[in-house]
Amino acid sequence: MTTLPLDPRGPPGAVAPPTPTPTPTPEPGWRTLRGVNVGDRVYRGVLTALALALPLLLLTLLAELVVSAWPALKQFGFSFLWTSVWNPVAEVYGAAPMIFGTLASSLLALLLAVPLALGVAIFLTEFAPKWLRQPVAFVVELLAAIPSVVYGLWGIFVLIPFLRSYVVPPLRAVFGWTPFLSGVFYGNSLLAGAVILAIMIVPYIAAVSREVLLAVPPSQREAALGMGATRWEAVWTAVVPYGRAGLIGSVILGLGRALGETMAVTMVIGNRHDIGLSVLQPAYTMAAALANEFTEATTDLYRSALFEVGLILFVITVVVNALARLLIWQVARGTAVGSRAL
Amino acid sequence: MSSRSLRRHVTSALMTGLVAALSFTAVLALLLILGHLIAKGASSLDWNFFTNSPVPAGQTGGGVANAIVGTGIIVGLAALIGLPIGIGTGLYLAEYGSGRLGWTVRFVADVLNGTPSIVVGIFAWRWLVKPMGHFSAAAGSVALAVLMIPMIARTTEEMVRLVPHSLREAALALGYPRWRTSLRVVARTALAGIVTGCLVGVARIAGETAPLLFTALGNLNFDTSISEPMQTLSLQIFTYATGPFEEWHRLAWAAALVLMGLVLILGVAARWAIRQRHDTP
Repeated sequence: MTTLPLDPRGPPGAVAPPTPTPTPTPEPGWRTLRGVNVGDRVYRGVLTALALALPLLLLTLLAELVVSAWPALKQFGFSFLWTSVWNPVAEVYGAAPMIFGTLASSLLALLLAVPLALGVAIFLTEFAPKWLRQPVAFVVELLAAIPSVVYGLWGIFVLIPFLRSYVVPPLRAVFGWTPFLSGVFYGNSLLAGAVILAIMIVPYIAAVSREVLLAVPPSQREAALGMGATRWEAVWTAVVPYGRAGLIGSVILGLGRALGETMAVTMVIGNRHDIGLSVLQPAYTMAAALANEFTEATTDLYRSALFEVGLILFVITVVVNALARLLIWQVARGTAVGSRAL
Repeated sequence: MSSRSLRRHVTSALMTGLVAALSFTAVLALLLILGHLIAKGASSLDWNFFTNSPVPAGQTGGGVANAIVGTGIIVGLAALIGLPIGIGTGLYLAEYGSGRLGWTVRFVADVLNGTPSIVVGIFAWRWLVKPMGHFSAAAGSVALAVLMIPMIARTTEEMVRLVPHSLREAALALGYPRWRTSLRVVARTALAGIVTGCLVGVARIAGETAPLLFTALGNLNFDTSISEPMQTLSLQIFTYATGPFEEWHRLAWAAALVLMGLVLILGVAARWAIRQRHDTP
């Protein structure tokens, strides 16, 4: 939008803008036309200065994280990533359980959220009657407006009792023999964390997939329908494949949200430094570790280890988000799809 | 109808039903959460709840007056810092953002948008709290502003880009300088959209907890000094929900209802603002 179709200088014979007092000499008028207007320069300067704030902020953030994490980086090297001892007394730190817990809870959440969110997106773009679309889209997006801590509260007092009474017993009855459901279920667990995360990321995945599906040209649908496809076949064989990159992008964007989600997960996941296959056991995530332990970190190395956890989390989310945006831009080019909150 | 054709149509109908059922599930989740908030929180909302500060643990009664005021101060200050920078960045991206700097700023905004709020929290601690030597509400506001700026920047950019070229060209053709065209014509036209973006941004940070854990910290007393620790609704809900007392849980639900109400009011105001734009030709 910076290059206007209108050349500000105009062709040599162009009509000069009306000036309040007709000036006999062409010099000043010509100068204003050449864009040396002081106001323009000031305006552009101010906006550029404001826009520079963001890159500077990112650099500062990265620098602060790296500098703070440096002692731990130097002390533990790469073994930080795959050792699982986290002992503040002996000053030995390994983040493997948190990294495992973060990935496990987020992937499990995706498993639950993706069918739901894609279902919502497909229903809203392809099947729902016109009058229903806006209200349902609004309600689903409202899920994104609920603060994380409110999800956590709901998780503790509603979701966990519900899982304990109605979900875990039947699951156990059928799949109890697998290692994924072993052990005593106390409530705070990987499962509870994943379910809460799933509800929280549905609106993001649904909103972006919906925009992606809306960006699919109608001719795709019409062509499929014209060849005798049923409505579902048109959606599944023409519309969805066309938007595949964008849909995958929306899912990865949801993953990015899930990886960094803090409060709700901290409140229900149980916060135990442990790697286990059972989804009924407590686990830990990187974000939860920061929330719980940061103010308790008394030694410099402890704090530094937590900064390293933050740095790892930051790098992972940056990579995941960059990937998501590249995919989404393939379909909905250049728009800010997914950067909206509500 | 052949059996194959029948099967295809049945499949189509079944899948239509399935996606409708999935949508219904998502709507149900929201209704359940709101329902529980009202069922468990509404009965605790009384005059004392809004006018008192918390009482010592174990006693009954007490309210969240300090948290409500604290939320207002911290979020207000965050908006004061974040909105001008966010809107300015958004205008830059829309007006001059086609070059390399524009691309960089856009990419950085998207990266920061996806940054976990807890990471912003520890960053703000390292950047502000540690040098100052103590926790403060001001540091919390800065942390929230950091979360807000990229969001506001991208929505502002998007809204400004929606303004038709012809308006801009008309103003330029009348001899308006670019800066006045940008502010008086383009931004003025996109104002409803920009306001919506700002309200949505404020609504989102109003519920944030993670960036405040190590900055504003929380405070059981009524305190309005921004250089001291301050309580917010979100911090109070976290403390009360994870605490051991029944009384705290009751207050947590009530505080959650108030916070949710606040966020919803901002959200509805945002919808209303954007509708104004669509209604005017």
